[in-house]
Amino acid sequence: MGEAMTSAAIPVVVEFSGGLEMLFADKQRLTLNVPATDKDNKPATIAYLVDYLCEEEMGDARKDLFVLDGHLRPGILVLINDADWELEGEEAYELQSGDNVLFVSTLHGG
Amino acid sequence: MPPTTCIRCQTNRAVVKRPKNHHKVCKECFLAAFEDEVHHTITSSKLFQRGERIAIGASGGKDSTVLASVLKTLNERHDYGLDLILLSVDEGIKGYRDDSLETVKRNASQYEMDLKIVGYDELYGWTMDQVVETVGKKGNCTYCGVFRRQALDRGAKMLKIKHVVTGHNADDIAETVLMNLLRGDLPRLSRSTSIVTGHAASEVKRSKPLKYAYEKEIVLYAHHKKLDYFSTECIYSPEAFRGTARSLIKTLEKVRPSAILDIVRSGEDMARLTPDKDQSSCACDEGESMGGCGSANGRSSGNELAEMEASLKKQSNHASLETDVSAKSNATVPDTVELPLRTHRKEGLGTPLQKLGQCTKCGYMSSQSICQACMLLDGLNKNRADIAI
Repeated sequence: MGEAMTSAAIPVVVEFSGGLEMLFADKQRLTLNVPATDKDNKPATIAYLVDYLCEEEMGDARKDLFVLDGHLRPGILVLINDADWELEGEEAYELQSGDNVLFVSTLHGG
Repeated sequence: MPPTTCIRCQTNRAVVKRPKNHHKVCKECFLAAFEDEVHHTITSSKLFQRGERIAIGASGGKDSTVLASVLKTLNERHDYGLDLILLSVDEGIKGYRDDSLETVKRNASQYEMDLKIVGYDELYGWTMDQVVETVGKKGNCTYCGVFRRQALDRGAKMLKIKHVVTGHNADDIAETVLMNLLRGDLPRLSRSTSIVTGHAASEVKRSKPLKYAYEKEIVLYAHHKKLDYFSTECIYSPEAFRGTARSLIKTLEKVRPSAILDIVRSGEDMARLTPDKDQSSCACDEGESMGGCGSANGRSSGNELAEMEASLKKQSNHASLETDVSAKSNATVPDTVELPLRTHRKEGLGTPLQKLGQCTKCGYMSSQSICQACMLLDGLNKNRADIAI
């Protein structure tokens, strides 16, 4: 996905841990260029990123382990640049260039 | 959104919003608050005695890894005078447990603790891989759960240790409270909420220092402290957390984070109204005792519910349990109020509450003449004999 294709793309690093990596071919870290706007021309948010990951990056068919009823599955924590996403506006947070978004499952083994 | 400042130190950028009180705190203050609260749980319930040797039930997962790390920190900071040892159970599941045991081995050297591993194969002559080969994937969690409970106790005995701590967290307890409420299982409801269980008759007592710690905070603690933990679901129950009470808990937390601790406290309050008299019936099959497996509660799913229903039907005295509840609405104060609260903690040592016998086969404590593990083994060994012929 080159910059030429999309007029504006936001480079972000997405990380998975706590068992979520198994949904993404055991990859713990993805370097992505996410389109800067969604189909309605609104700025890309975490909600958009979650959809994007499901559509573009998830090899596993078990989407419901990541998304439930149109939202990120309860029990999955999100850290945006190491801060709890609850401090950043959760799904409404607008992605910034260079953001690091970590998804951690609390649902696996203990 | 401008960065939020930590409510505690008023200096650093807040990175955690605490589920229990919505406090926004920085990394350092979060780690300190988490440790202080575990310390408070330990001291207020007088969990440990100076000089005590404690086995930490360690699976390599987040809960037990955080438990080991926090206990080491607190033991040094507050001079508990404890001798901490890691105790792991090897169920014999290739590609799962052997990997997580590697994590435990690293933890042992990181925390400078001794490590003891007890294997199902040496204890029972069966690895879980062999069990699954024989009984299939369905229902194998029952075997694993029964075997694990004994394994931790036996491991502790081999080490001559009388106290095992497990990493059960507030989410685990809340889930168990809900499950036991739905089943109408009052005795187990009572036991599942108490911080110490089962030492009166069983020689080895269990306790849960992380009882009031949110799973979310345990994961965040592990993350911010950069702890080395293992997180892959058991290959024999890969999606055990789907469609269980666990999902309900997590959804509740999303709506109102304090719900989890509220359920734990409600469970404690209900336990106070619960007669202690039925303790003996299931001392050896605590659903919540599967130390070391994160979704242990969820994974038992429908199978266990059915078993529970059957055993509840068998109980002759369930009628008396029901009247306790209705008696409450009468003006007469029911005798339930007089029942000692959490006796198993306070003075259990000299006065065993549970009338437990011993298994005639293996000598392990059991309320039946043959313990659950031996019964399961019996079935397994018959099968193996058949196959051999």
